[in-house]
Amino acid sequence: MTFDLRELYQEVILDHAKQPRNFGHPPGCNRQAKGHNPLCGDRLTVYLTIDDGVVTDAAFDGAGCAISMASASLMTEMVKNKTEAEAHSLFKGFHAMVVGDQAENAENAGDGVDLGKLAVFSGVREYPVRVKCATLPWHAFAAALKGKQEDVTTEE
Amino acid sequence: MTTAAGIRRQVQRDSDHLAFDVRRVREDFPILKQRVNGRPLVFLDSAASAQKPRAVIRAVQRCYEREYANIHRGVYFLSERATELFEGARAKVQRFLGAREAREIVFVRGATEAINLVAQTYGRKFLNRADEVVISTLEHHSNIVPWQMLRDEKGLTLRIIPIDDSGALLMEEYEKLLGTRTKLVAVTHCSNALGTITPVKEIIRLAHEKGIPVLVDGCQAVPHMPVDVRDLDCDFYVFSGHKLYGPSGIGVLYGKAALLEAMPPYQGGGDMISTVTFEKTEYNVIPHKFEAGTPNIAGAIGLGAAIDYVSGLGFDEIADHEQELLEYATEALSETNSLRLFGTVKDKACILSFIIEGVHPHDVGTILDHEGIAIRAGHHCAQPLMDRFGVTATARASFGLYNTREDVDALVAGVRKAVEFFG
Ligand SMILES: Cc1ncc(COP(=O)(O)O)c(C=O)c1O
Repeated sequence: MTFDLRELYQEVILDHAKQPRNFGHPPGCNRQAKGHNPLCGDRLTVYLTIDDGVVTDAAFDGAGCAISMASASLMTEMVKNKTEAEAHSLFKGFHAMVVGDQAENAENAGDGVDLGKLAVFSGVREYPVRVKCATLPWHAFAAALKGKQEDVTTEE
Repeated sequence: MTTAAGIRRQVQRDSDHLAFDVRRVREDFPILKQRVNGRPLVFLDSAASAQKPRAVIRAVQRCYEREYANIHRGVYFLSERATELFEGARAKVQRFLGAREAREIVFVRGATEAINLVAQTYGRKFLNRADEVVISTLEHHSNIVPWQMLRDEKGLTLRIIPIDDSGALLMEEYEKLLGTRTKLVAVTHCSNALGTITPVKEIIRLAHEKGIPVLVDGCQAVPHMPVDVRDLDCDFYVFSGHKLYGPSGIGVLYGKAALLEAMPPYQGGGDMISTVTFEKTEYNVIPHKFEAGTPNIAGAIGLGAAIDYVSGLGFDEIADHEQELLEYATEALSETNSLRLFGTVKDKACILSFIIEGVHPHDVGTILDHEGIAIRAGHHCAQPLMDRFGVTATARASFGLYNTREDVDALVAGVRKAVEFFG
């Protein structure tokens, strides 16, 4: 396989796509939001348990491509036990990385957002049509954080 | 079987293939020489939009370099010539579709605008509360949404012709849908997502027995087969130029003259009027009544060139070539066990829609793109059809007259790579 495909589909991504973590609808969750990518029809729902301003549990279900499934899976791992504010800045940092926005990146670097494992998605910025696959779960996550009721789409 | 007739047919086929030399045809399409990701481009998305032969590109260029002016109004040489060429393109479309008169050909932006035009003029005037419009499960969103908008405005009901698992319309169900409330049938001639060619002639005959007019969406049919609107006896026929190797932004609405005359205009403006005072406006005659404003002049001329191009190659040759590709590709793809084909009727255009178990169509698309292969991955603007099969998306390879067996081989190799990669 060509080198650059592996840059997009890193092992960690393939692993999470095949075996998504935190997949399902936990009974105790108190916030949720649906994400929809109208371009490909992918849909997923993010479920959060927020306790005293801290994300104590995160899960998702739905169906989609390898990038969106892996992104949702890693996201749920990463936001757990973060405060709402920390989780939100992860979202902003992640967004800046996959969109490849220099200004946004610099701004976030100032905030010192440590993306950790999420860095495996840095290859996505080379594939503009796939950026929305990676950000779909995060848009749903941000909506759930805000307690938004309507579905969000990647077109907002 | 080696009968004399069989051999003669084989000889005939072989010489036909000599007549249709796909290598020479490919020379006509400059874009196909491109490399993508370091590989020769394998373009398998012609159902979305076809590539353009040099004849079309040159016609558009010549128009802007030597023939361009606004039409229908100049008293000078260039305007007269542009008008002649524009109206000449209309006459080409008329002959291409077998229409009785050139005034039955309305130039529009594309099939989408053509269907909206019929919904907003014919539909608004002649359809009322409790009337029914029959469409099918196979429809592209552009033959669904305009009718839903009209439904919501008027209180109509949409009735849907179901399909079987192979992607064929259930004709007995269709017959049952035709009732005293049915005021229009709008169906596709060929499904963009599955390739199914529908029995439109029979659909029209059954509707006409009950006095119901029929609109046919011919977007995916005109690139692959000869169409004769008088033989079909359809009331409206629509298609887009860009899928017929012509420019984008130009399309056609054919309508029987009597119907077009009975319909109110679509948009108001210049060219669609004969006289205007602040009190009252007289509308122009058809087709101009439906062509408000300056049209896509170069686009129409380019479409005329595209029609000349495909007619020059001949639909017998094009269809033979594409059907052979379809057979070859169907067989080759079927060898991948985890691959499921959608649209398995016999009578179909060279469109292969599929999913690979465990690999999302989007990922298939990205892997193939790396190999220089352009396919479509998604719902193909036919979400209700995807729902019918219980999927959100498929991968779709659609072939044009310039595709080759090597393109199929590349597709199959790419599919294998995707299976390996995600396996
Ligand atoms: C069957 C069918 N109908 C209608 C359309 C709409 O055509 P356009 O977007 O050119 O108006 C398409 C194009 O995708 C199509 O395939």
